[in-house]
Amino acid sequence: MNVTGRASYSESQLYVDGVTVSFDGFKALNNLSFVVEPGEMRAIIGPNGAGKTTMMDVITGKTKPDEGRVIFKGDIDLGKRDEAAVVALGIGRKFQRPSVFENHSVFDNLELAIKSDRSTFACLFDRLDADRKSKIESTLERIGLAGERDQMAGKLSHGQKQWLEIGMLLVQDPELLFLDEPVAGMTDAETEATVELLRDLRGERSIVVVEHDMAFVHALGVKVTVLHEGSVLAEGSMDQVQNDPHVIEVYLGR
Amino acid sequence: MSLLQRLYAPQAQEPGKGRLASAVLLSVLAAIAVLVPLLNLTVPADSAFHVPTYLVSLLGKYLCFAMLALSIDLIWGFCGILSLGHGAFFALGGYAMGMYMMRQIGDRGVYGNAELPDFMVFLNWKELPWYWYGFDFFPFAVVMALFVPGLLAFVFGWLTFRSRVSGVYLSIITQAMTYALMLAFFRNDMGFGGNNGLTDFKDLLGFDLQSDNTRAVLLAATCVALAGCYLMCRSIVASKLGRLITAIRDDEARVRFLGYRVENFKLFVFVLSAMIAGLAGALYVPQVGIINPGEFAPANSIEAVIWVAIGGRGTLYGAIAGGVLVNYAKTVLTGVIPEIWLFALGGMFIAVTLFFPKGLVGSLPAAVDWVKRRIGKRNPPASSSLAEEPGQ
Repeated sequence: MNVTGRASYSESQLYVDGVTVSFDGFKALNNLSFVVEPGEMRAIIGPNGAGKTTMMDVITGKTKPDEGRVIFKGDIDLGKRDEAAVVALGIGRKFQRPSVFENHSVFDNLELAIKSDRSTFACLFDRLDADRKSKIESTLERIGLAGERDQMAGKLSHGQKQWLEIGMLLVQDPELLFLDEPVAGMTDAETEATVELLRDLRGERSIVVVEHDMAFVHALGVKVTVLHEGSVLAEGSMDQVQNDPHVIEVYLGR
Repeated sequence: MSLLQRLYAPQAQEPGKGRLASAVLLSVLAAIAVLVPLLNLTVPADSAFHVPTYLVSLLGKYLCFAMLALSIDLIWGFCGILSLGHGAFFALGGYAMGMYMMRQIGDRGVYGNAELPDFMVFLNWKELPWYWYGFDFFPFAVVMALFVPGLLAFVFGWLTFRSRVSGVYLSIITQAMTYALMLAFFRNDMGFGGNNGLTDFKDLLGFDLQSDNTRAVLLAATCVALAGCYLMCRSIVASKLGRLITAIRDDEARVRFLGYRVENFKLFVFVLSAMIAGLAGALYVPQVGIINPGEFAPANSIEAVIWVAIGGRGTLYGAIAGGVLVNYAKTVLTGVIPEIWLFALGGMFIAVTLFFPKGLVGSLPAAVDWVKRRIGKRNPPASSSLAEEPGQ
């Protein structure tokens, strides 16, 4: 889609500007550009190999772009920062495979994630204060895991692990949240509960959901960006992109 | 899973079982620190309760090895860093203490040179190398026994963790590190006694190293140091930093994306662990009376890892138990049939890694349960037969 028509991106939450990343000559991202507005929820879809994961790697500091820039909040260039620095700026990321700390309790998972001093010595002498404790408790309610508070995270069901990981992002209090396939492997009931949870979060912070599950993206009812071969193929409402002939050809029509 | 993969797979031990084990461990250490010297010094030699002096030193040696095992468990069991070069830190701590004791010899050496240790006179050196300065001062030597291993660990860790070297690659580099140090210390012109190392020590802080009293005090000091290190490690793994390093062990990328600088946390525990190993070496040398480059041998470091694997990694007390038990087995076996010791050690290591990955202490609860069930089958519990009676 056309993103060059605007004069200024100083108001945007995230501005990905012509990013290209090559691995051994293969262009995983090819002049990728898109904008996420503050408070917006966006869905990003695309077939395997479209560059969804690489896109998130670039934004969260894991991979450095060969060309182009990633601008956060209008003037912060993310291209030169590592993972920890990107998180400190307020960007959270949930992985595709649920990654929670299986040998820690649900509560401890959230305790490690909650916004706090990340330095080594601060962690050595850290004592959980009442504020953070109550925030963890309320997040437990919100993600529906209050009853599993003291259980080992490894004992949770797949869906519960996904929610716990979303909870771990929420307690970090990020401004921008990346969720990589939040409903992968979930039962229908769990998917529905996740849709409710995400709808509940809407407007609170900017959220980018990367998904394969079309029914889920439909249920979210948000603006959709379709990636293909490392660049944006189409952008608009779900109905719009579903009727786009290019999209039908490369993705939905198969 | 292959044997190798199992070495890098995290072994989470059940939480909450440490309290009893800690109490037992600390009581045993206290008992050793008090009773063994008492039975050695006050009970007449012909009594059945007399503890001979060689046993006092042997116990002291085991406890130093246990401290080395503790330091390895802190990084391997809790942070997933498998160091196969921890013997280097142990040896460096030992050398620092050895240098102090060499300086204590003074003019009582074979050549009677008050300024230079015998091996330097033999090499025709005229003056003390600059890096030997200060080692005639005991507190300086103790600080160096901690500082030098810590500094080496800091430089090594800073380079490797920042480059995100981990797993097998890191283990191999640690092996190379200790091997390189061994070769360096073998050279006479390094100024550490070359092949022979440092030996013929006379006294420590003015106390005769051969006397029973000194040996008893050294054992007691080792017990206190081990207990102290254990309590420190315990409090670290119980802190938020402790939960974080186990999180790094289990899923490093997730920790990174939570905004922590993983390399700094690894560096902290690695340096601390190296310092504990250095302290263990410093306590070891006065009790065995010699330190030579053989202590840097890669096989020594691997052996220490085996103690931890057998004892049970990720528990701290398991590592201590492993360090003592395996070395006791070594003393017994090498006394009876020396040829089979290495095979026995290798066999135990493979068996534990494959069948009891949680080690002896980690498998103990399951073994107790199993025995209980066996006994339970034979004589059904009395309460259940009572409960059935009213119905009959």
